[in-house]
Amino acid sequence: MGEFRFMQGNEAMTEGAIAAGARFYAGYPITPSSEVAETSSIRLPQVGGLYVQMEDEIGSMAALIGASAAGKKAYTATSGPGLSLMAENLGVAVMGEIPCVLIDVQRSGPSTGLATKPAQGDVLQARWGTHGDHSIIVLSPSSVQDCFDLMVTAFNYSEKYRTPVIFLSDEIIGHLREQVILKSPEELDIFERPEPTGDPKDYRPYDHSNGLAPLSHFGSPYIFKVNGSMHDEWGRPCARPDNADRIIRHLSEKIEAHAEEIAITRRYNMDDAEIVLICYGGAARSALSAMKKAREEGIKAGVLQIVTLWPVPDQEIREAIAQAKTVIVPELNLGQYIGEVEKRNEKNIPVIGVNRIDGQPIVPAQILAEVEEAAK
Amino acid sequence: MIKDYLLEEKLPLFWCAGCGNGIVLQAILRNIDKRGFTRENTVITTGIGCWGKADDYVTTNSFHGTHGRALPFSTGIKLANPSLNVFTLMGDGDGITIGGNHLIHAARRNVDLVAIMVNNLNYGMTGGQYSGTTPKHAITKTSPYGHVENGFDVCKVVQAAGAPFVARGTVYDVVQLDKLISKAIDHKGFSFVEVISPCPTHFGRSNKLGDAPKMMQWIKDNTISQEKAAGMTRDELQGKFVTGIFEEREQEDYSTAYQKVIDSLRGGENE
Repeated sequence: MGEFRFMQGNEAMTEGAIAAGARFYAGYPITPSSEVAETSSIRLPQVGGLYVQMEDEIGSMAALIGASAAGKKAYTATSGPGLSLMAENLGVAVMGEIPCVLIDVQRSGPSTGLATKPAQGDVLQARWGTHGDHSIIVLSPSSVQDCFDLMVTAFNYSEKYRTPVIFLSDEIIGHLREQVILKSPEELDIFERPEPTGDPKDYRPYDHSNGLAPLSHFGSPYIFKVNGSMHDEWGRPCARPDNADRIIRHLSEKIEAHAEEIAITRRYNMDDAEIVLICYGGAARSALSAMKKAREEGIKAGVLQIVTLWPVPDQEIREAIAQAKTVIVPELNLGQYIGEVEKRNEKNIPVIGVNRIDGQPIVPAQILAEVEEAAK
Repeated sequence: MIKDYLLEEKLPLFWCAGCGNGIVLQAILRNIDKRGFTRENTVITTGIGCWGKADDYVTTNSFHGTHGRALPFSTGIKLANPSLNVFTLMGDGDGITIGGNHLIHAARRNVDLVAIMVNNLNYGMTGGQYSGTTPKHAITKTSPYGHVENGFDVCKVVQAAGAPFVARGTVYDVVQLDKLISKAIDHKGFSFVEVISPCPTHFGRSNKLGDAPKMMQWIKDNTISQEKAAGMTRDELQGKFVTGIFEEREQEDYSTAYQKVIDSLRGGENE
């Protein structure tokens, strides 16, 4: 049985990470994510883990990856300006296939922007923030319960697919306080890193010919060479064109080929919905509220909440478009995810964005007005 | 056997004839071998640059990350598993230029690892541009009229930042270099060794210092012990490489201090 608590989203993320088995945090405080750092500095040593505050977000991401390569589940938390700095070493985690979880509590940008105000402006940066072709997993919570439950999922995905996972929260969810159930260990499915087996001499950390290679860690009998440069299956540098082609395809395909397994979506009143709200994160709460009001007015509105932003839940979005007359995409940005909906709009139905970029949350009335307009 | 630590199939080294990197790598591996550190319990992290290729040639665990970030990668590795022997290899670009912020904080934080910065006074890998240690007036690919900035005295920076072990050697005096690395390994805490090394291909050529043997001679001629340097003026010390151990004192390392926090909270119980 879990434990009922009244908590902030940021605090629940720390509890979720610890429940997932994380024992290492490296970070640099930044509004509106700092409570993750503060609660981690309290909680981690209590469970035998370690909190270290680095000199900047570049160093934080590096320490995180180093700790994971040495066998600890590791996480960090930041916001836009920090995400920009972490983008460099995020690429090392991608290339080295080192699991870790990066929490981004989004605030208004660009640059320092509105440091304390919510936004969802990092949706595309989360996908493409580090240079080069790659794929990545991005999860978007919309409640304090999500901050706990989905954090466990984030670590599981990270370990299972040997990839960094970005936990793309926002100021609304990070600072929201509501009831949460901190589930007990027996209620949670934790994916543990599979240990390599066989003769250590034959261990190749990047030989994925039989599914993803099990991950060694420094100090184990299996020598582990991590290389952010192009490497062969041993982790040794290799500049052969065929090898580079294979590695870059692998980095995308190991995630994209499992997009349906990774996809998490939530459907509300979708069975007969003609006006579909496709939404995520803090804005999903307003969308849900707007949908309920529209239903009271007799409008057949439904909500498809996208929890796994990347890889895109292709099938779920296509199905929503197939049944809809109009799709509305509320976002706290100028339209970063609507493009993914439009790409799949072969029916050519109206796809309308509801956007807010003034540092204020989208209110239900704003979305409802669009729904009512579409229903006319 | 030192050969046990060398990935022979990757030989010959890709470094230029006359480069000092091979000398430093051998000194490190000799010391690892002497201690009997296993490949499994040793991690060599590197940055990016000529010296950053050192991990290509070792059979131990290794981590080849990003330019200037070797120290924070090492910090995470060592803190996650304090039983590992962690060696952090950086060039002057990695160590004090793009990674300068990491270096001073690593010195202050005092994680128990060995950091070895090979200083060849310029960026070799990218073709010989100036770095944070390039001396004033030196010619490089990006200071074609003579460098207008001053180079760092890296050991002074690291010492001021609080590192408990700070030393400088050169690839000319290999006997001393061996001893400095040995002492750095023995010293608990953040141990920093700067190694002056020639880059005949770029820095040497640009500054007309001659071929590889002549550059080695140039290092020899410009090296003085810290004992001798003590009696010299700032002007007299311009362009000299002062060698020796500048700092050697006991100071509680990060993992020991943090373990005390954990123990105080958990009464010695560990997971």
